[in-house]
Amino acid sequence: MSNALDLTLADALSALEKKELSSVELTEAYIAQMDATRDLNAYITETPDIALDMAKASDARRAAGDVGLMEGVPVGIKDLFCTEGTRTTAGSHILENFVPTYESTVTTKLFSQGAVMLGKTNLDEFAMGSSNQTSYYGDCASPWKAADGKARTPGGSSGGSASAVAAKSALATTGTDTGGSIRQPAAFCGITGIKPTYGRCSRWGVVAFASSLDQPGCFGRTVEDNAIMLQAMAGYDPKDSTSIDRAVPDYRAQITGDIKGKKIGIPKEYRVDGMPQEIEKLWQQGMDWLRDAGAEIVDISLPLTDKALPTYYIIAPAEASSNLARYDGVRYGLRVEGADLDDMYAKTRGQGFGEEVKRRIMIGTYVLSAGYYDAYYNKARRVRKMILNEFLDVYNQVDAILTPTTPSAAFTLDDAPTDPVTMYLNDVFTVPASLAGLPGLSLPAGLSSEGLPLGLQVLGKPFEEGEVLNVASVLEAAAGFQRL
Amino acid sequence: MAIDRDTVTRVAFLSRLEIEDAQKDAMTHDLSNILTFVEALNDVDASGVEPMTSVVEAYAPLREDQVNDGGYPDKVLANAPDRVQDFYAVPKVVE
Repeated sequence: MSNALDLTLADALSALEKKELSSVELTEAYIAQMDATRDLNAYITETPDIALDMAKASDARRAAGDVGLMEGVPVGIKDLFCTEGTRTTAGSHILENFVPTYESTVTTKLFSQGAVMLGKTNLDEFAMGSSNQTSYYGDCASPWKAADGKARTPGGSSGGSASAVAAKSALATTGTDTGGSIRQPAAFCGITGIKPTYGRCSRWGVVAFASSLDQPGCFGRTVEDNAIMLQAMAGYDPKDSTSIDRAVPDYRAQITGDIKGKKIGIPKEYRVDGMPQEIEKLWQQGMDWLRDAGAEIVDISLPLTDKALPTYYIIAPAEASSNLARYDGVRYGLRVEGADLDDMYAKTRGQGFGEEVKRRIMIGTYVLSAGYYDAYYNKARRVRKMILNEFLDVYNQVDAILTPTTPSAAFTLDDAPTDPVTMYLNDVFTVPASLAGLPGLSLPAGLSSEGLPLGLQVLGKPFEEGEVLNVASVLEAAAGFQRL
Repeated sequence: MAIDRDTVTRVAFLSRLEIEDAQKDAMTHDLSNILTFVEALNDVDASGVEPMTSVVEAYAPLREDQVNDGGYPDKVLANAPDRVQDFYAVPKVVE
């Protein structure tokens, strides 16, 4: 093997199949790389011993002819998925010592398909953030650096998962996407990430942020790697009443590279004020690539695009304030003693949560409180319905939508916006599809003038992840993006 | 919409969040900015639109009314900060 770390997931599966390397060898290489890249702080908890045990078991299964979809592949798990016996922090102080006694459905499925767990990856606290800087366990950095040499954000909330794949300290990772938490970090770290349709992957055992928006997905080096891993994660789960009972197609088989006659929508409202020229150029390049492959580029309009972020910042905090009510110092997590029960609650939560989480709980509580519920929360739910309808109308004319993933390349950790609203604007292109529950993928398509990765986003119709992957595969082939 | 310190104090109580006095001005400022930002929705005429509950065609799945899980108090209580026998323990709530 030249260098085991350079293999894509698809290549690694084939090398394992051909006995060119064992899962133990592959896993050892990744453990060494976890060591070598520890300064990026991509992992909150490393589990090398578990990884080696799982790798040995995988090699034994393979020798016995029992081969799963992810057999022997070392992966990182976003520290939002409960893992039985392994601490799950959600990036929060309040869950610092939380060791789940059960396994999330998604990780159960991945492990039953042979995946090997390297550790739990860093994230914004309770997945609330776009830079990984709200994590209690410290900033995470992207392995990409511009000429200034300053550490760049990997994006968020799944920053550690994206950084690990880019830095080759995991072959692939899980993520979750509530408003862009897979697609934005994928763009910033020069890798590929997919958020499937809401309901495709079970949320059971995933620490909840905003339940009507949260959706597990994954990161990989290539579009095909995303297809393989999503295949292993997706599917109906009776334990999640919002998961969809619908057959999961063979995603890999849907990547044909043939998009002749496909109609790709270009929403004019995504040309936002102040968008850098290089983003505009990349987007145009993406259109040209698709047109060259035989697709028809169609101008479309999604007039409520600029209302998506305000809608999101009512609905997501409202749901978060309700979901996070469970952290009360009684059943699990941190407890800070107080004068009485109410005081114990307030102290536990006041000391256990970070500033961004507190802000969102406060906003959520406010918009749900008597006298404001209709003006804020119900209004946002109405506008959300209108945003969904706009997408569904547009999908009568087009098969998929192409947009930039982010309005800029990754910012430096030092110059990150301190004003919450400025930080929220990072997700301007990813939030609309989240509100509509649509599948979306970001792939690296070029470099900024500073030499940092820029992503393009492909959005699809509900449950058409295969179409999204296929369109993305055409862009990937044309872009020829050089990975780290 | 700008909110004031008293509102922050009231919402913090509803949220059961202890916010130190020194933090309240910053919180008031940030929350006011966020609320001003989301008021962009005032420009949208959404009358006659049903508030959305789910992006998926949600239905309540039915199953047989049978006990199919449970019976492991030690697992349930494994992460409890305080327990007495098979119960969670909390500070005294009844005088």
